[in-house]
Amino acid sequence: MSGSEAHVGPKLELDDVHKSYGDKRVLNGIDLSIADQEVICLIGPSGCGKSTLLRCVDLLDPINGGEIRLDGEAITARGVDANEVRRRIGIVFQSYNLFPHMSVLDNVTLGPRRALGIERAEAEARAMELLERFGLADKANDYPNRMSGGQNQRAAIVRSLMGDPEILLLDEVTSALDPELVGEVLSVIRDLADRGLTMVLATHEMGFARDVASRVCFLHEGRVLEAAPPAELFGAPQHDRTKQFLARVIEAGRL
Amino acid sequence: MSLHGPPSRGTGPDTNGEQVPRRRLFAGVSEFFAEEGAKAGAVAVASTIFFFGGAAVLISRSANWPSVRDQFFNPDDFSASAPDVLEGFWLNIQLFFWAMLIIPVLALAIAVMRSLRGPAFMPLRILAVVYTDLFRGIPLYLLIVVLGFGVPALQLGGLPTSAAFWGIAALSLSYSAYTAEIYRSGIDAVPESQRSSARAIGLTQWQSMRFAVLPQAVRNVVPALMNTVVSLQKDVALISILGIRDAVREAEIYKTRTFNYTSYIVATLLFLAISIPLTRFVDYYTARDRAERSQSQI
Ligand SMILES: Nc1ncnc2c1ncn2[C@@H]1O[C@H](COP(=O)(O)OP(=O)(O)O)[C@@H](O)[C@H]1O
Ligand SMILES: [Mg+2]
Repeated sequence: MSGSEAHVGPKLELDDVHKSYGDKRVLNGIDLSIADQEVICLIGPSGCGKSTLLRCVDLLDPINGGEIRLDGEAITARGVDANEVRRRIGIVFQSYNLFPHMSVLDNVTLGPRRALGIERAEAEARAMELLERFGLADKANDYPNRMSGGQNQRAAIVRSLMGDPEILLLDEVTSALDPELVGEVLSVIRDLADRGLTMVLATHEMGFARDVASRVCFLHEGRVLEAAPPAELFGAPQHDRTKQFLARVIEAGRL
Repeated sequence: MSLHGPPSRGTGPDTNGEQVPRRRLFAGVSEFFAEEGAKAGAVAVASTIFFFGGAAVLISRSANWPSVRDQFFNPDDFSASAPDVLEGFWLNIQLFFWAMLIIPVLALAIAVMRSLRGPAFMPLRILAVVYTDLFRGIPLYLLIVVLGFGVPALQLGGLPTSAAFWGIAALSLSYSAYTAEIYRSGIDAVPESQRSSARAIGLTQWQSMRFAVLPQAVRNVVPALMNTVVSLQKDVALISILGIRDAVREAEIYKTRTFNYTSYIVATLLFLAISIPLTRFVDYYTARDRAERSQSQI
């Protein structure tokens, strides 16, 4: 697990979070407390609410009950400026979603320039630094549809890092990639974990979760059914549901 | 006035490897010759000559043809009416130009108003819906009559009374309602995740619209927009109802004076001289756009 054990309270807390789409209850009382520099992996069958949870944390979808706190501050409270909160949180989606009508450099600098009012030159300098770090410097002027899925996804990660987020949410960021491109994206995430960035990732890459996660959370019926360090959760799952899910994952050859 | 087909969308990543269509001005015709070979080409030429030649023979052998020819295709009347009709047509072009300045802007504003989310924007959304329902619901002809004759008759101080002004206003209001719907379909075709991504990097709703959604949305609907331009170019002729001396009105004046319809043929040819090249260009552009989109996926 991660270094700073000098406890200053959790970085992110979900307190009895409820979310429904119409009549459909998706999150049904999520309780989760995430310390600074932790890497949390959310696992669970498709449709169990992983993406919904991440979208709610980034305030892209309003919750129907409970509270989400960032650094102890209720971000789901009335009157909070959602745009302000989103600037402190980064999120990357499964289908990388770079803007197709802009070069990589413009994609990456759009947020800082428009949302934070940073000068173009300054934003581009910072962008080039990050692109360099993730091996994309030579792609800066390319358009997304001219690049591979792996390059797209790495560029999307760079875009989400531009505002120096305090926490990064990653929603199955390798699921849309060809198998041979998964590695390059995972190594980027591992690099970020090593640098101590707090992350929550929904993933089906159990091997990777075992490697980088400080804790793995199994979601079932809109709740966190089980949360434990990877060795524990994969080695000795407590709940039948978790066992069943893991058995199916092993069958599919992903663990 | 009609909207020609659904707006085209991005062809998506599933079209890679497809052969890129040739970009020809006469898409369909020249491609036919290129692809089907000389023998098929000869058959095509023969059947075309046979068809149009046959039609010409049938028409010219009709008992009334000499009098129709005199009524509609008289060279003397052609040259006699051409200057006035041409001058009227210049007015059509000017009105067309003004409408072309107003419609894209007004329509985009309506479409954006309608696509904003959240309770705060409810009044704007309602306004946009009422606008499109209202102006798409009124036949253009009626709108021109009501605005063109009605408003000046009110003699309200400050409002312009020129028929041309109200003619353009009617055209712009009606076409903006249709064009707004085209824009809106383009906006809706941009994946929701693009909007989420824009919000996620801290952009406000308006900024997300402006920098992420609209550029893609407009590109999605350029062919559909160009088709409305073609039909607008023709519908400008409707303002002749208001007595404005445009090409159609001038042709009518000539006919009333001489009982000869050739002036209408002059007007017809003038409209075709604009709309056929425009249509060809739309086809050319659409094919090129499609080719670029299918080409650009790796
Ligand atoms: N915008 C939405 N409208 C209605 N239902 C939704 C929406 N988004 C997700 N859902 C539903 O919520 C459930 C959880 O979805 P999701 O969070 O995407 O699951 P996961 O990411 O774990 O696969 C699914 O049943 C899905 O159909
Ligand atoms: Mg999901």
